[in-house]
Amino acid sequence: MNLLLQQSSAEVQQILAHYPAEHRRAAVMPLLFLAQRTTGRVDSQALVDIAEITGISSTDVASIMGFYTLFHAEEDGGGRFRVQVCTDMPCALRGSRQFLAAFCEALGIQPGQTTPDGLITVEEVKCLAACDHAPFLQVQGDGELTDYPDQTVESALALVETLRQKPWARY
Amino acid sequence: MTEYLLLRHRDLPDIDQLPIYRANGGFAAFEKALKTQQPVDVLNTVKASGLRGRGGAGFPTGTKWSFLPNTIWPHYVVANADESEPGTFKDREILERNPFQFLEGLMLACFAVQAQAGYIYLRGEFWPLAQKLNQRIAELEQAGLLGDHILGTDYTLRLYTHLGAGAYICGEETALLESIEGKLGQPRLRPPFPAVSGLFGKPTVINNVETLTNVPLIVDRGADWFKTLGTEDSPGVKIFSLSGRINRPGNYELPFGVTFRTLIDQYGGGILGGKAVKAIMPAGASSTILVADDRTLDTPMDYKSVAAIGGQLGSASVIILDETVNMADLVNQTVHFFKHESCGKCTPCREGTYWMAHITDRLAAGQPSPQDAALLGSVARQMQNKCLCALGEFSTMAVVSALEKFPQDFGIS
Repeated sequence: MNLLLQQSSAEVQQILAHYPAEHRRAAVMPLLFLAQRTTGRVDSQALVDIAEITGISSTDVASIMGFYTLFHAEEDGGGRFRVQVCTDMPCALRGSRQFLAAFCEALGIQPGQTTPDGLITVEEVKCLAACDHAPFLQVQGDGELTDYPDQTVESALALVETLRQKPWARY
Repeated sequence: MTEYLLLRHRDLPDIDQLPIYRANGGFAAFEKALKTQQPVDVLNTVKASGLRGRGGAGFPTGTKWSFLPNTIWPHYVVANADESEPGTFKDREILERNPFQFLEGLMLACFAVQAQAGYIYLRGEFWPLAQKLNQRIAELEQAGLLGDHILGTDYTLRLYTHLGAGAYICGEETALLESIEGKLGQPRLRPPFPAVSGLFGKPTVINNVETLTNVPLIVDRGADWFKTLGTEDSPGVKIFSLSGRINRPGNYELPFGVTFRTLIDQYGGGILGGKAVKAIMPAGASSTILVADDRTLDTPMDYKSVAAIGGQLGSASVIILDETVNMADLVNQTVHFFKHESCGKCTPCREGTYWMAHITDRLAAGQPSPQDAALLGSVARQMQNKCLCALGEFSTMAVVSALEKFPQDFGIS
């Protein structure tokens, strides 16, 4: 029983149509994004499903998931939302590290940790191509990404409260 | 005030809407090419314009297109929208605000090499931009500008977006191809070059977003017009991404040949807090660090002139470092970036970035020592010319230049 194919048949077919029929493997990354969309993580069943659809082994699918930082395995842990703050050099030159420290202190956690309610994980990430809008963060949530430029601790805390109110926050 | 050529949305804010783009000359170049020209005409026009790749390497675009053999089919064109070099944020603005000019450029590139499918590889962090591009591609299909029998001709073309998922290395063109094919983003051995054996083993052109965004202008207005802009060595305009310790960071579209001093003072509004400028990284985290003396500041920003003072213009991601920046700390940050992003395929890069990170951790933690500085320089120089792709080499540029030009920051008197 291929759950991914069953639940998202039209989307799977649409993804496969983007690549030559003899190169189905090319669909593996879009399929990982699709599998991750609902819960924010890729579970072991999805690895098997994607392997079956693309004609490669589930070990190969897992290795691709592990190589790319935006894919999250079920056992990786973390909250429902990942608030990812760029602290790379150009942003650091504009105060993003002080921002991250103050933001985490206000949340009562360290970078990399999850809030006690299990919803919000704050992560320190590398360049997000928005160095002119530091401090810059993105939220990875229900498989999608949203950008938040020119952040202050106040605006970031307000964003966290908005995320907590989302209907799927208690998924 | 001269008109914007690439950041046209700054003159026409609604140009991200298809009817507005078309009402302002959009797709006239594509229509002209399809109805009145042969693919080779478009290729020759771009070749004659002297357009050079804007992604960093500066390779002549038309020449790159001409490498595709007409004996192997199909051909593919891939737009590199993986923009990941720290300090670079120009493609994000084009894709978000002037997307149709980029798409038209990609479509002209496809026509020029007779490709019937084009892929746009976007870094995963550009998810929202990919969703918008998908909508725009659908609009173009509805308008008869993509799909079968485009504009009544027998040309067929389809475009697809493909999202990466957080890996700097996928901006390297062969790693990018691996990533589209559903593999780890690790560079391929060359030869064969992508022009002969690229995506799915077929002849492939890979161009940066900004490069492609120039193409409609060149086809529309001609190679001679294009060469009136910029310098003889570097024709056209360039988007300079200005960041770091500067009052007004942002993208500045300027002709090649404007000096660093003009960019910093006139456009960037000077250094934050009125401090003194210490150094410049003209090509993002991969740059050789240039001491910001008068010679550097008065250097015109074009490929040849920046190379003449020992630097690289790269993708023109100009990071400004002021007197408050300690170079051991800065190098510690760039090295950690490359250590994180090293794909692990080749040993010099995997091990070299690891050890440079360890050594610079000590140096940056306030324990500058001549011994560690010497060891750091030794590791960096052992990596040079030994890595599989440019990433390993890039990781050493700031290290070697900072040690040479700012030894006092590393405890060397």
